[in-house]
Order: sequence, then C-alpha cells, then structure tokens
Amino acid sequence: MSRFAIQRLGIGFLVLVTIAVIVPIVLVVGTIVVQGLAAINGEFLFSAPRNGMREGGIWPAIVGTFWLTIGTAIFSVPLGVAIAIYLSEYARDNRFTRMIRLAIINLAGVPSIVYGLFGLGLFVLALGFGSSILAGSLTLSIMTLPVIISTAEEALRSVPQSFRTVSISLGGTKWQTIRKVVLPNALPGIITGVILGLERAAGETAPILFTVAAFYLPTLPDSLLDKSMALPYHLFVISTQVPGMPLQLQFGTALVLMAFVLSMTLIATIIRSYYRRKRVW
Amino acid sequence: MERTPKIVIEHLNFTYDDGTESLLDVSSTIYANEITVIFGPAGGGKSTLLRVINRLNDLAAGKSMTGRVLLDGQDIYAKEVDVTALRRKVGIVFAQPQPLPLSLRANIEYGPRLAGVRDKQKLDQLVEQSLTQAALWDEVKDRLNDSGYALSGGQQQRLCLARVLALEPEVILMDEPMSGLDPLSTAKIEDSMQQLKQLYTIVIAPHNIQQAARVADNAAFFLQGRLIEEGTGKQLFTKPKDKRTEDYIMGRFG
Ligand SMILES: Nc1ncnc2c1ncn2[C@@H]1O[C@H](COP(=O)(O)OP(=O)(O)OP(=O)(O)O)[C@@H](O)[C@H]1O
Ligand SMILES: [Mg+2]
Repeated sequence: MSRFAIQRLGIGFLVLVTIAVIVPIVLVVGTIVVQGLAAINGEFLFSAPRNGMREGGIWPAIVGTFWLTIGTAIFSVPLGVAIAIYLSEYARDNRFTRMIRLAIINLAGVPSIVYGLFGLGLFVLALGFGSSILAGSLTLSIMTLPVIISTAEEALRSVPQSFRTVSISLGGTKWQTIRKVVLPNALPGIITGVILGLERAAGETAPILFTVAAFYLPTLPDSLLDKSMALPYHLFVISTQVPGMPLQLQFGTALVLMAFVLSMTLIATIIRSYYRRKRVW
Repeated sequence: MERTPKIVIEHLNFTYDDGTESLLDVSSTIYANEITVIFGPAGGGKSTLLRVINRLNDLAAGKSMTGRVLLDGQDIYAKEVDVTALRRKVGIVFAQPQPLPLSLRANIEYGPRLAGVRDKQKLDQLVEQSLTQAALWDEVKDRLNDSGYALSGGQQQRLCLARVLALEPEVILMDEPMSGLDPLSTAKIEDSMQQLKQLYTIVIAPHNIQQAARVADNAAFFLQGRLIEEGTGKQLFTKPKDKRTEDYIMGRFG
C-alpha cells in the first residue's frame, strides 16, 4: 500500500470514529427535544403534578432544583474560591499541601452516591437538618467543591507571575495584589469553573436521593428545612417508579432538565469567549 | 558640591535557595541626586542587588542574607520597617516593560491608590506630572483610557517609569530598562533621567557598556557577586584601576 493510501485509510478511520461518537449524541438529544417539546406548555411548566404525577406539571421540581443550585452556590463558591486562593497564593509547596491537592483530585472522582450517603449521615442525621434543601445543598456543595477548587486554582495560577511582582513593587500588600490584580484576571476562569461545577450539581440524582428529594410533594418549599422535589430525581421517579406514566411527560421533564443544564454551559462558554477576546496578556 | 549618602550597603551577602551565592561581601555607598551605574557581565548579581535594595527579594523563598542596607541611615531590614512604604520610596523599573492589564491611567494611579490617595484632582495631577517626567505625556494624553498594552514597547517602558514616578519615590532602581528598546526610546529615557536626577537618586543596571559610560555619575563594577571596583563614571570608564574592570570595559571578556 502506498503511503498516500495509508493516510487516506487513517483519515477515513478518524471520520468514522467521530461519526460513531456524534450520532448517538444527536439521536439522544434529538429524541428528547422532539418528543419533549410536545409536552411543554404553560401548564406543564408552571403547575404542580396531579393524579399520582400522571397529569399536571413539574413546577415544584423546577423550583426545587433552582433553590438547590442557589444553595449549593452559596456554600461552595466562597469556600472553594477561598481554598483555591490559599493553595495558589499562600501555601508553600510541601508534603501537607501536596496531600491536600491529592485529596481534592480524588474527591472529584468519588461516585456521587457516596456523597449522598455521606450527606445522609452528616447533615440529615448527625446534624439533624432532616431531609431538607439545606442538607441537600450542603451535600451538593461538598461534591462540587473539588471541581471549583481545582478550576479556580488553575485560573489563579494562569495569571502571569509578573503582574504580582509589579503590584508588590508598587507598594501593594499581598492581599491588595490578590484583590486588585490576581482575582480580576482569574475571574473568567473561576466563573467558568463555578458554572460547570453547579451544572453537575443541578443534574445529579444520587446526592439528593436521601438528603432532600421528595417523591411526590406538590407544594412549594417555603423554608431551608423543607423537603423539596427536584428535576433529576423527579425524572428518575416518573421513569421507573410510576406505572402507567405518559411517555410525553417523561420526555418533557428530561428536556427541561437538559435545557437547564445546557443553558448554564452556554453562559459559561459565552463568558469565557468574551473575556478571552478582551484579554491582552 | 557636597555629596549626600542616600543608600549605604554594608557587608552584604546574598544566597538563593539553590545555593547560588549572588552577592559576596558587598559594601558600597550610593549618593543622592546622582546616577549610579551598576555594571558587569551576566550573572554578576546586579539584579539581585537592586531587588535587595527595595526588598523585592523578600519574595524569593529560601534565600539567606547577611549584612545591612541603610536608607537615609535607617536599616531597611529592621523589624519595624513598613515594607510597602519602603517599596514606594524605592521604586523599580524592570527589564521587560510590564504594564498591568489596565488602562494607561489606571496603571499610573495603581500605586498611589494602594497608598490611599483617593482625591481625583491629586490623581489627575500625578498622572500628568509623571507621564510628563517620563517623556510620554504628549504621545498619550488623548488616550489615557486605552489599555497599557496598546502602546509600543518603548512607550510601555516609559509608562512603567511613569508608574514608578507616580509613587513620588526618593530612589528609582532601573534594571536594564532599555534592553528591548529602539535607540529613539532609549534616548528619550536617558534624557529624562538627566532631569530626574535633580529630584531623585537613580541606580541603574544598563544593558551595555556604552550606555553605562553615557549616563554614569558614579559606577560600580560587579563580577560574580563581588564588587570589584567603584568610582566616578569618568574615572572608571577611562582609567580603571583593576585589571578585570579594564578587561571588561575593553571587551576582552564577558
Ligand atoms: N530567583 C533565583 N533563584 C536562584 N538563583 C538566582 C535567582 N535569580 C538569580 N539567580 C542567580 O544569582 C546570580 C546573580 O544573578 P543576577 O540576576 O543578580 O545577575 P545579573 O548581574 O543581574 O545578571 P544579568 O546581567 O544576566 O541580568 C546568578 O548566578 C543567577 O543565576
Ligand atoms: Mg539582571
């Protein structure tokens, strides 16, 4: 075989592999969008489920996921960014900090059901928050923290060292330097990491299974200590636990959850490309 | 004219954490309102010395230092010294122009703002005055809100000089500030240095001998961390006493 033929074979193979990856994605997303759109209307989005969830809408689940995401952000973002600042700007490179980093990397790989059980043990039972938005947000926060910490640390580290030296040489303290130079320039990367972390939290079922999710609760939560429905768990329930469930409602719920998560990705992408174009260094 | 000592360096030894002995028993005096040139081959310790004088080398982890550096008779490494105030008093311009990713105006206001200057009029006045002193005002006065990176390399370096001047310092350290610059920008900065020395004490590590000879009131030759010889610019560059200084000036090594 000539070299030319080998090259064409190679390219052909790559194209095939690419197609093999893209086709299922298009099929899954396409099916959900086409089937789900038929279910979407005002009543479906903005009313509570009725008749054992076989009728009505998913509003309580949307509200629940919204508050869980907000709660997760409140707990995990300040803490995660603070830890990232410590690791990137203050911590010496020694055995202790290497151990912390290793732990963070490993935490990111822990299966989400383990976080769920941890949350059950710590927040629901030991701390007595019960199955509640508070316990669920805290559990999701712990799951999200490693993602936020590592992306934020990377964003902080990518700010050129010379900016820090210049700021210090102009009479800046370490903290002034972080606040005025390092953080603003790392912000786009931090925001991207935060959104990606929250997005994962919003879509997870296992961590909220025992910590917040209500099987069927048509009323809206009115305090942090209330149980709540949530989109991913609702989808799981109506797809597997309720006999005679109209397929349309399942697809509709899947579409809403997907739209919620994908719109967060979109926002992250827009922020990133906007700042990348503006960036001068 | 009576010369006033501004900075006195006594038996300074400096070692980086990897064991590199960058300064060995250096003692010298830098006089006020003069341009002091520190020159010598690469790795001689010039940058290290400058960074010791404004305590920027505090950032180098694991370094060790002995000896004293006195500014106006005060030990700058004494416990009670406010390091940020010291760095404002002793500004530094680096070899590479390094604007912060901010507007021209914000670059210049950066130091004064950190020092607590809030008054808009005072800030405006500092911006204009320091850009004028750095021979940049006429070129940029209509575009102060542009990014610092929108300037040419030579303009960026003058911006960095202006940024230091806005601190209203007493001493200006310049570490090969002209290394990447065209002759015209170099000439502009050298011209402004002649004005600036009326007001400030300037210590410069020039990037070549010709420039060293052009600007030096006072000069010190460094070789492998040791101060070999110092004297007035005129004496050192025309009648060096030490053979090694002479060899370096005549281009016989380095
Ligand atoms: N951060 C550092 N860590 C370890 N060694 C260093 C560091 N900075 C400089 N050195 C070493 O210290 C010695 C003096 O370096 P310095 O940069 O002060 O020399 P210099 O005279 O400014 O040289 P050049 O003309 O190349 O700028 C060199 O041997 C250099 O390798
Ligand atoms: Mg140097």
